Parts: sequence; C-alpha cells; structure tokens
Amino acid sequence: MKRIRTQLRAELMLIARNGEQLLLTLVIPLILLGFFGSVDVLPAGGDDPLQFLVPGVLAVAIMSTAMVSLGIATGFERSYLVLKRLGATPLTRAELVIAKILSVFAVEVLQAAVLLPLGYALGWRVSGTTWPLAIAVVLLGTSSFAGVGLLLSGRLRAEINLAAQNGLYLILLLLGGMIIPRDSLPGFLSNAAQALPSTALADLLRSTLNNDGHALMVPFIVLGAWGLAVPAIAAKRFRWS
Amino acid sequence: MSVVVENLTVQYGDLTAVDGVSFEAPAGAVTVILGPNGAGKTSTIEVCEGFRQAASGSVRVLGLDPASQHRALTQRMGVMLQGGGVYPSARVQDVLAHFCALHGKGVDAKALMERVGLTARAKGTWRRLSGGEQQRVSLALALAAQPEVAFLDEPTSGVDIEGRDVIRDIIKELSERGTTVVLASHEMAEAEKVATHAVFFKQGHVVASGEITSLLSIRKHLRFTSVDGITTADIAIAAGSPVKALGDGKYEVASESTPQMVSRITSWLSTQGYPLSGIDMGMETLEDAYRRIAGTK
Repeated sequence: MKRIRTQLRAELMLIARNGEQLLLTLVIPLILLGFFGSVDVLPAGGDDPLQFLVPGVLAVAIMSTAMVSLGIATGFERSYLVLKRLGATPLTRAELVIAKILSVFAVEVLQAAVLLPLGYALGWRVSGTTWPLAIAVVLLGTSSFAGVGLLLSGRLRAEINLAAQNGLYLILLLLGGMIIPRDSLPGFLSNAAQALPSTALADLLRSTLNNDGHALMVPFIVLGAWGLAVPAIAAKRFRWS
Repeated sequence: MSVVVENLTVQYGDLTAVDGVSFEAPAGAVTVILGPNGAGKTSTIEVCEGFRQAASGSVRVLGLDPASQHRALTQRMGVMLQGGGVYPSARVQDVLAHFCALHGKGVDAKALMERVGLTARAKGTWRRLSGGEQQRVSLALALAAQPEVAFLDEPTSGVDIEGRDVIRDIIKELSERGTTVVLASHEMAEAEKVATHAVFFKQGHVVASGEITSLLSIRKHLRFTSVDGITTADIAIAAGSPVKALGDGKYEVASESTPQMVSRITSWLSTQGYPLSGIDMGMETLEDAYRRIAGTK
C-alpha cells in the first residue's frame, strides 16, 4: 500500500510537470463538447443531442486519458528505461498498474470538473443522476481502458505501441456509440460492439447521468469483466524491460 | 560467493551474445567485468539483475535465482543502468525521494544527493543534467536500496574527473561496508583503480577471471626513459645485464626489476649526467593483462 502511494505521488507529480499534456487532455474533450454541442451534425436518435453528447464526450475523455495517454506515456517510459529502473525496486507490477490507474482517475476528476459544467451551460439537463453509480462506472471504465493501454505498452516496442494505441482508439471510438449512436451502425457491428468496453462505458454513463431508463445489467457485466480482468492480465504480462 | 555464474548462455534470436560463461564475484569485493563493446558484459549483468532470461546455464545472486526470485532480490540489490532510467522532466530531488521511498530502507534523499555532489542541482530536471551528473544520479538510485549487492553498468562512462573521484570513493565505501560490487566497464585504467577482482570478456566468452593481482604478471625486464644516444654497452656494464635502446629515449634492461638494479641504473645515469624522466618496473596494467590474455593488439 505504501509503495502504491509512493508511486501514485510520483505519477501525479510527473503529470503536473507535463503541463502542456495535461492541458491537452482537458482541452480536447472541451472542444469536442463545445463543437458538437453547438452544431447539429450528429444523429442523436431522437433524444436531445446534449443528453447524448455529454456522457459520450465524458466516455471519450476517459478512453483517451486512460488508454491512449497512459499507454503512450508508459511506452515512452519503456524507451527512457524508466520501467527497467522501477523493476529493480521492490515495486511490483500490480502495484505499478494500480498506481497508474489511480493517477488517471485523478486526471478524469479534473476532466469531469470542466466538462460537466460546460455541458450544463450548453443545456444538458441533470435530473435523476445517480452519482455514486456514475462514479463507480467511471472507475470501472478507467480500469478497463488503463488495463488495455498498459497491456499494450507493457508488451510492445514503443513505436508499435504508439500505432496500436491509436488504431485501437479509433476502432473503439467509432464502434462504441460515444459520439456516433450505435443505431447508425450495421446490425452485426452494433451487436458485436456491445462486448466492447467503450460501448458499455458510454451506455452506462448515459444511464447513470441521464437516468434514461436503459438496462444497466449487461453493460455493467461487460465493463466489470473488462475492468477487472484486463488490468490483472496487464499486471501479469507487464515487462519491465 | 555473492554472485555465481555457471555456463551462462544468452541469445538474441540466432545471435549468441554470451556463450557458456562461468565466473564468481566474492562477497564484499569489487569485481569488474571487462571487455570491449559487444563482448557480452551488459547481457550478463542483465541476467544477474533478473531483467533477461538465460538461454541456458545458471546464475545465483545472494543465493537467489534472479529470474524466478527477482522480487526477493530487489529488496537486496542496487542497480545502476547504462544510461537513462529517469523520466526527462523529473527533478533530481523528486527522483531520489521517490526511489528512497520505494526501497523503504530509510535512506535520506537529501543526504544521498549531497553524497553524490548534486545538492546544487536538486531542482534541475534530468534532461538538463550533464552526462556525468546523470551518471551520479543513477549511482545514487542504486545506493537508495542500501544494497548487499550492487550492479553498476559503465559507472564512469562520460563522467568528468571530479565525478570519477566521487564515483570511485562511493564504490570503495560500498566495498568497505561489505557490499558486493559488480561493475561492467570497458575503461580498464579506471576499473583498475577500484576493482579487486576482474572477469575478462571477449566475444561472449570469459577468457580469464580472478583476483587482479593474480591476473597481472611481472615482465622480466625493466624499462627507463632518459635521452637518445646513450651507448647501451656502457649502461649494460653498469647494470650487469644486456640493455636495448627502444627509441625516443627509452631503454630496456633484460633483467628483473629489483631495487638493486634500479639503484645501479639511476646511479650510473646520475654520474654520467643523464636525466631520468621515467621508470617502468615491469608490472602489467590491467589493460596489458587483458591484451595479453585476450590476444588483442
């Protein structure tokens, strides 16, 4: 526990020292929400576009930060030999993975703190939001995507890792119903996409933030499985050097 | 023995980087693994640290298998990598505090910073440090573990004279308090100043190992430097042994370097009014020994 705290402190310090990266992490979702919230270009399935967009953009922010940003940064840590150096300390792989997931969650708290007020200002209606459940969903989503990001960066060479993170991000973004409603996809793709963590996260955030009455059980099981299994596999398979 | 390597082989695909090497590093001694770049030094050290799998053979560090008991070994091992190992934007003071806390041995980060002479650079980021300063931070990270065994890969590479003194002193201190130090280096003159034992690597093989004093041999001749043009027959009479001119004012007396012989030569030079600008008693340097044993020019 003490080593997780120590590593978490170091991760947060590094995030704070890379201010431009942090700014980008906060600004990109804001631009997405500001743009799509002001321009009527996306099909929202008959719902109010903002009720669809705000949880969707929050899900995109979680996926970007937990998977792509963390995965690429960890890839750089491999090329800088930071991971190898950490591997010579008593810090375990599991402790490193947990510390990194928690550091991402801290960034997401900041993202939510700027995104949700902007959504509200644009007209997103907050009614019947189940905040504890929403927070649990964010944690599970963070764990899922950080697990994927660390699984890739924990095994692949830095340059292949970079390509893999971006490629996977695009697939999960397009199929996950985050910005484009899943109803717009062909039937077989829409069905297959239900097994993706991006779909489960977007669905659950809409259910918990908007209280839209959609069933929670299936996406919760899907996201729970991703959120528990993938970080465990990432910790097991992580290479220090 | 703190480190025992037996028939170790390391392969990268079809390339055999280390081919059936065996050697030991005694507890509390400073053992240097010497050899040119690509000789297999770093691969061997990485297996000892538990970062690389051996294709065959066995390695024991403090009685532990570095691959299967890596976590237990990290509690007792200090590692200095060959460059890198720190995030470029991290500050010196933060990095040291971080690693001292991870090792949990109660090492004070500020004292450590002072020990490696980097207190003035405490707020400097890794990317702004010179190569020598980065090496000192790397060494400090190894010390944060209060190690029983320390693996130092090219510790003085790219380090200035002042930095070399600091690093040399720290290695000696480690040895004096019983830490086994294993360092890989291709800088033989530098290694000779701190090491008590050596392992000579050549193209993935160990060609010799043991106490440095046993690896060095005494040449059967004495060399001195004076001026060109001395008649060798005259010195030979005084020395009682044949003398050969080697050029550039250097002469070689075909006799062992006894104090009596040195006395006869210096007396003769003095009475004849010749200067004496150098004397070589015939003991090999570590580099001489490596060249002789490894058969390199």
